[in-house]
Amino acid sequence: MPVLVIAEHDHGTLKVATLNTVAAAQKIGGEIHVLVAGHNADGAAKAASQIAGVAKVLNAEAPQLGEFLAENVAALVVSIAKNYTHILAPATSNGKDVTPRIAALLDVQQISEIIAVESPETFVRPIYAGNALATVKSKDAIKVITVRSTGFDAVAANGGNAAIEQLAPPADSGLSSFVSREVSKSERPELTAAKIVVSGGRGMGSGENFKILEPLADKLNAAMGASRAAVDAGFVPNDWQVGQTGKIVAPELYVAVGISGAIQHLAGMKDSRVIVAINKDEEAPIFQVADYGVVGDLFKIVPELVEELKK
Amino acid sequence: MKVLVSVKRVVDFNVKVRVKADGTGVETANVKMSMNPFDEIAVEEAIRLKEAGVVTEIVAVSCGVQACQETLRTALAIGADRAILVESNEDLQPLAVAKLLKAVCAKENPQLVILGKQAIDDDSNQTGQMLAALLGWPQATFASKIKMTREKAEVTREVDGGLETISVRLPAIVTTDLRLNEPRYVTLPNIMKAKKKTLETLKPDALGVDVAPRLQTLKVVEPAKRKAGVKVPDAKTLVDKLRNEAKVI
Repeated sequence: MPVLVIAEHDHGTLKVATLNTVAAAQKIGGEIHVLVAGHNADGAAKAASQIAGVAKVLNAEAPQLGEFLAENVAALVVSIAKNYTHILAPATSNGKDVTPRIAALLDVQQISEIIAVESPETFVRPIYAGNALATVKSKDAIKVITVRSTGFDAVAANGGNAAIEQLAPPADSGLSSFVSREVSKSERPELTAAKIVVSGGRGMGSGENFKILEPLADKLNAAMGASRAAVDAGFVPNDWQVGQTGKIVAPELYVAVGISGAIQHLAGMKDSRVIVAINKDEEAPIFQVADYGVVGDLFKIVPELVEELKK
Repeated sequence: MKVLVSVKRVVDFNVKVRVKADGTGVETANVKMSMNPFDEIAVEEAIRLKEAGVVTEIVAVSCGVQACQETLRTALAIGADRAILVESNEDLQPLAVAKLLKAVCAKENPQLVILGKQAIDDDSNQTGQMLAALLGWPQATFASKIKMTREKAEVTREVDGGLETISVRLPAIVTTDLRLNEPRYVTLPNIMKAKKKTLETLKPDALGVDVAPRLQTLKVVEPAKRKAGVKVPDAKTLVDKLRNEAKVI
């Protein structure tokens, strides 16, 4: 029986996390189907059909799926679940919201945020903020899983030619409704997909001071992130948060500025390929994971760094 | 309106956990245990709703070993009215906890259940959503703001890329995110008062719930350690290293 991947998309386009999730599905084995649930999501469905290795795209199209409300999406997935051995979703905010609802309706113990597939029943997942890795085996008939993107290299977005099948969704649950959305506007790459991330911590001192990181992020074409301490202090919005309770990133280069390196934060970035730390405290734990560290005043070093990058 | 708040006893967030030598789990003996931080936010929110006159009674529930009584006493000291321990020595996984909470909901008939979005030990982020599914109630996860009316809750949620507001019909499940509130400190007089509040103990059997684990942990290991790199003296050297050694820019 095939494996189902629930696509992450914004209707027009497919999110990269979907490609990482398809990669995890490939490790499990079997035919891969991708579910695109949404409203006017033809663009995303078409993109899904082109993913390398995908056999079929199921496109459920309805106004009540337009905002990805968990009640409606879960009902839809449950209606087709018996056709699948595994149901996978990326561990995005949508994925984390809906997947446990699906699992409970199927009477299945979900496996959250896997980073490796050992066999079709056995998976590796971080626990305790990534300070331990647990290998777990599922006894459930259907495996319901969320996939941590950083654990799997994305498959090619092109090269496939899957058929798109329309799927009739269940009626609106009537339990919840969408009110509004405030999207943080940014010209920068998305935090979880960026090749380079520049993050600030409590050491930034204020939200205003985060501006000093902007020229650096611009120069590197980097996404901007922050530690929980900086978010808690109200310097920047929560969707910038990198860490156990925020986003998990693994870019090519992670620049931590004024971040001490709490366990909580390291959990979100320690799989980055190269880590740079700039901190005035030479004892800061961040230096224990950094490939390159600069001890000093960030307000002096960051502008110098920007100047050097211009050369 | 009655509110149920679930609290979990976890290894304190300041403790650096150690993987057991035999690879069966992490060391929890003689380690400081505390209330899961997200659950503290849940208790605090329930109390604020009571202070605002929306909520009349707050029942704190914990599922786990006898020592979870301490966690419940903390919830009572923060301001919950009474507590229920569903006592079990089993490795309670999120689906089992959701089933236990469902059974407690059937007894208590709350209009709202507030849970932490995630426990910082198993990092599952499942229980609230599962409870909502089992009860057939709506869910508002990762809440950063809750506005209650008689029939509905309007909840602002922390989502990738920003904030989203949804409206859920009551009864409903809400799970808390970091910025919902800042939990108050527990005062000594309130700790004393909490000792006199009711703490009832129930057993999974009596609630008719099978709590046998579905996931078997085969092994627990420490992740590969990242080696500390080098300290460089200035921005110029750093850029040179990044360009010519690491080749990332």
